[in-house]
Amino acid sequence: MAIEKVLGIETEYGIVGGPDHDPITASSLVVNAFAQPGMSHVNWDFEDEMPGHDARGFPAFTSVAPLIETHLANTVLPNGARFYVDHAHPEYSSPEVRTPLEGVRYDAAGEEVLRRAARAANELGHYPQPIVVYKNNSDGKGNSYGTHENYLVERSVEFADIVRAMVPHLISRQIICGAGKVGAETEAGFALGPTYQIAQRSEFFEEIVGLETTLKRPIVNTRDEPHGDPERFRRLHVIIGDANMSQVATFVKLGSTSLLLAALEDFGTSAFPLPPRQPVRAVRLYGSDVSLRASVEDEEGRSLSAWDYQDALWHLAERYVGETGGSAVAGESEVASILSTWRELLDGVRDERDVVADRIDWVAKLRLIEGYQERHGLRSDDMRLRAIDLQYHDVRPERSLAARCGLRELITPNDIQRSLAEPPRSTRAYFRGRCIAQYPESIAAANWDSVVFDLGADPLQRVPMMDPLRGTAELTEELLDRCTTARQLLDELGS
Amino acid sequence: MSEQEQVRKQRPERRTDESVSPEVDATRGDQIKADLDDLLDEIDEVLEDNAEEFVRNYVQKGGE
Repeated sequence: MAIEKVLGIETEYGIVGGPDHDPITASSLVVNAFAQPGMSHVNWDFEDEMPGHDARGFPAFTSVAPLIETHLANTVLPNGARFYVDHAHPEYSSPEVRTPLEGVRYDAAGEEVLRRAARAANELGHYPQPIVVYKNNSDGKGNSYGTHENYLVERSVEFADIVRAMVPHLISRQIICGAGKVGAETEAGFALGPTYQIAQRSEFFEEIVGLETTLKRPIVNTRDEPHGDPERFRRLHVIIGDANMSQVATFVKLGSTSLLLAALEDFGTSAFPLPPRQPVRAVRLYGSDVSLRASVEDEEGRSLSAWDYQDALWHLAERYVGETGGSAVAGESEVASILSTWRELLDGVRDERDVVADRIDWVAKLRLIEGYQERHGLRSDDMRLRAIDLQYHDVRPERSLAARCGLRELITPNDIQRSLAEPPRSTRAYFRGRCIAQYPESIAAANWDSVVFDLGADPLQRVPMMDPLRGTAELTEELLDRCTTARQLLDELGS
Repeated sequence: MSEQEQVRKQRPERRTDESVSPEVDATRGDQIKADLDDLLDEIDEVLEDNAEEFVRNYVQKGGE
């Protein structure tokens, strides 16, 4: 049986404004503003907006420095997420979750973290150019920054098999979860000459497999850092993908990829469609073709469009769920919802785009671009169309164009607010988040696979969490409810 | 413009989660068009004033 597909999303946000227009400074200000204990107005908002909060006394915005120290701002939040400065971007790495829908929820919580953090930074600093944050993946000038997904995979699966099985999905899923982009910005993109691309990042990929993430980006990244027991687990680090404004797109992205990884574990590579002869050419070509008609040859010379690949992969996933129930990915109803939504988007994107413009980002954005172009009689290279592209991803509700497109929501605003303070109950993020909320003064550092306590006189005590599926609410809630101090907790844990 | 304003007044409620109904009726195409007109009106209101400068100044360092 496939192992349970623990997953998470990490997003580097685009950032402008702040003192001297320096993105590193601006990012630090944003992360630090959120970590300020004195953010009473934010606390106030927070309490005000979440009547459903059960108020077990979790401080809303306490955060603790993690084990990996850098000179840059770097915090862990009470929902189990990591919020820090990576390169020249603020990055939110969601807590580990157990199902795709939970993944959507904690990704949405991340947007809210960035929204509040930027607002707080601007209120503290009063900069001539306010700091503004964008949930996108490129600046249109050849610079890309990532949205990475992580999936727990059995160590026994050969890496070569992951590559062979997953390349078809990773190059074709963009027709459902691409975020859309006006024009091109790399030599590879210029050569294809699109006025609009279905994904932000496809033209940036140059290799099939590799360790890099910033140069020579590979379709399958080989970073082997399981953040767990390396004898049992791999963490598949997926670097090809866009940040989605559409929650439904995020849901199908996580759900389809999880189901196919589970199918790989249980069925092996023979169940999968053959990869294309030239995957890099395929991902760029598919990305630049809004007609979805472009096709490439697979290893046996059969011609396949991105849609053909997605259709074949959907049927594989459906068979997998039929035979196993898909419990490695989620419960019965959620798995059924992944399959039905994936199917609806696939059929809609081919046959009737307007019907899926409320769920697929690139379709929603293209509708704005084409409508605006037509209304004002603009050329396809008009800067206003590029401005619409960027502003689609502005996280401020008063400015965001995505927020005006009628995108369907899967998570209620109230649940998103709760998810800033409450960790997921289904993974070790529960233990991490609750410890940070309950014992902030006793925690020296926290990391994906450990929490380090400082009780004063004693040496630091490290609680390892090498299994992402332990440290859940089921296993630790009573203990944490009972232990009012970190010392009591450690005594009870027997350390 | 006045036509579009009229359209908007007739439809004060923008779409909600349940906006997509399974039945296809004859007015659906018109409704989609009206929705788009509303949306374009809003873009005219909130789009950054100086698009050229906004786009030019949006420069990021690579990340990951």
